[in-house]
Amino acid sequence: MTTERSNPFAARKTASRSLERVFAWMLRLATYLVLACGVFVLGDIFVKGSRTVFKSEFPFVNTTFLTEAPETLYVFDYQGQTHEMGDKAFRAFRAQEENAARAAGRTAPEFSVKESIVYSSGGIFPAIVGTVLLVVGSMTIALFLGVASAVYLSEYAKDGPVVRLIRLAIVNLAGVPSIVFGLFGFGMFVIFFGWNVSLMAGWFTLAFMVLPVVITASEESLKSVPKGFREGSLALGATKWQTIRKAVLPYALPGILTSSVLGIARVAGETAPIMFTAAYVVRDKLPWEVERLGDFFFQGVMALPYHIYVVSSKIPQNEYTERVQYGTAFIFLLIVAGIATASILLRHHLRRRYQW
Amino acid sequence: METPVTTAPAVSRSINIAGRAASLPPGRTLIDIEALDFFYGQKQALFDINLKLEEKRVTAFIGPSGCGKSTLLRCLNRMNDLIDGARIQRGSIKVRDTDIHDRSVDPIELRKRVGMVFQKSNPFPKSIYENVTYGLRIQGIRNKTRLDEAVEKSLRGAALWDEVKDRLHESGLSLSGGQQQRLCIARAIAVDPEILLMDEPCSALDPIATAKIEELINELKTKYTIIIVTHSMQQAARCSDKTAFFYLGRLIEYDETRKIFMNPSNPQTEAYVSGRFG
Repeated sequence: MTTERSNPFAARKTASRSLERVFAWMLRLATYLVLACGVFVLGDIFVKGSRTVFKSEFPFVNTTFLTEAPETLYVFDYQGQTHEMGDKAFRAFRAQEENAARAAGRTAPEFSVKESIVYSSGGIFPAIVGTVLLVVGSMTIALFLGVASAVYLSEYAKDGPVVRLIRLAIVNLAGVPSIVFGLFGFGMFVIFFGWNVSLMAGWFTLAFMVLPVVITASEESLKSVPKGFREGSLALGATKWQTIRKAVLPYALPGILTSSVLGIARVAGETAPIMFTAAYVVRDKLPWEVERLGDFFFQGVMALPYHIYVVSSKIPQNEYTERVQYGTAFIFLLIVAGIATASILLRHHLRRRYQW
Repeated sequence: METPVTTAPAVSRSINIAGRAASLPPGRTLIDIEALDFFYGQKQALFDINLKLEEKRVTAFIGPSGCGKSTLLRCLNRMNDLIDGARIQRGSIKVRDTDIHDRSVDPIELRKRVGMVFQKSNPFPKSIYENVTYGLRIQGIRNKTRLDEAVEKSLRGAALWDEVKDRLHESGLSLSGGQQQRLCIARAIAVDPEILLMDEPCSALDPIATAKIEELINELKTKYTIIIVTHSMQQAARCSDKTAFFYLGRLIEYDETRKIFMNPSNPQTEAYVSGRFG
């Protein structure tokens, strides 16, 4: 008691103090919950996906899954055993067994197919290629248009009602749901321009979708380049474009790239904009197997997010469908992470070159 | 001092202007500013400025913050063009009898003749070499020998050559503040201008770096016409031939530096240089 009285700063039990604890814990729990969700989602995909992507014997990676097109999976009974085989393997096996039987003079063997599940065997190579093509093409268009308009808006345009209207439009464009972009792309590029379901239509649709992100971010990074660089350059008799080209853009580039990483994740991940404009459910031909170069741009492709959508909602579900779903999701995450890592590395490289 | 100046305020006596000629021979007018009214949007920043700046002289613009001295300086190479709403309402600025705000004048060409050094040293985050050659490169000069020569000449001109000659390809930002500012001067003189505008070039520098720049200004005035905006009256007194005192957008007094500091004709000037306000 005496010590307590002698200490004027001793803790007192008041309502606000207990509330403090309650709230601190609530906030902490909320954060942990978010963390748990993230760990659970990623962990689930990683665990289940790695069963498809990796295997226990050399070379430890399921190369079929990564390098081949999807096939129908056949589950059948043969000589008292249940087999699972992809379409091609099943045909070959069946022909071999029938030939062997015929040669031996036996009756044709019985294959009782219990299940045939589309797209659940083989691999997802065309979808990987398609997604990479879509990302590269649409980001090229989006960066080109986005950086150009950001440069115009922040370096050339005089502030006025028109510029304010443009900015407002850009902000609003960012809030438009992706399915609306899909419909827009369908009406505009697929139907009106007559590009059909094609890479071009997908590129432009996706590019328009990420344009607001790219423009806003590019403007921010242009603004962060010190005014002194511009003045220094102009005072030496440089034109505006020379100034932008030599004394502004190089230093804004790392920032522009950082933000376009976000754009990449979005472009790679969206299903809605490409389902009407660029994505095929299945396509055996790879994009470079075209007769003329011009055809390259006007062909549809498979894409990972659309493939996930197809194999998880467009085919009857059973225990055999999970493999390709999780395998695709796993590869998909790896690719997005890979592209993001690449642009972060590029950014670091540029930062080192253009530091101030 | 040959004739004691009775009206000179006590404080200004402490400012070192020793060694200056009693009066300068009249110089040739290079820049002729006539009845200039300048506006930022609705706000008038300069009122009826009449000023004749002389060739191969150092002219200092002094005055309290916001008095319009930087604005006037930036009119001389049309850097104000970059500011929305900035405009000259009336009057003219003539450089060698050409109105620089005439339609036929290209600010790009003007700025090649009128170089500028800024308050905050702003070398590009490029190598020292690239910084100095920037102005030449944008003029399309790619000849290596010519660029090399220009680099050495400009860096010598800016009294920086001996300090950096072994590391021309290091970043300009690796230099100290004073060196960076001299690099900016080298960059400005590399394009061989006629006029050098300096907007408080020493305000971010320590006294030693400042002394070096001032020394440099004294050397440069044999080749260039220099106009320097400064907050430091000592600096104006030390390195300028003529001084213009501005207050609230008006030119209060313009005369030989010696006269401005020793025997100003205007009581406001006297109050400012003696440190009673500003």
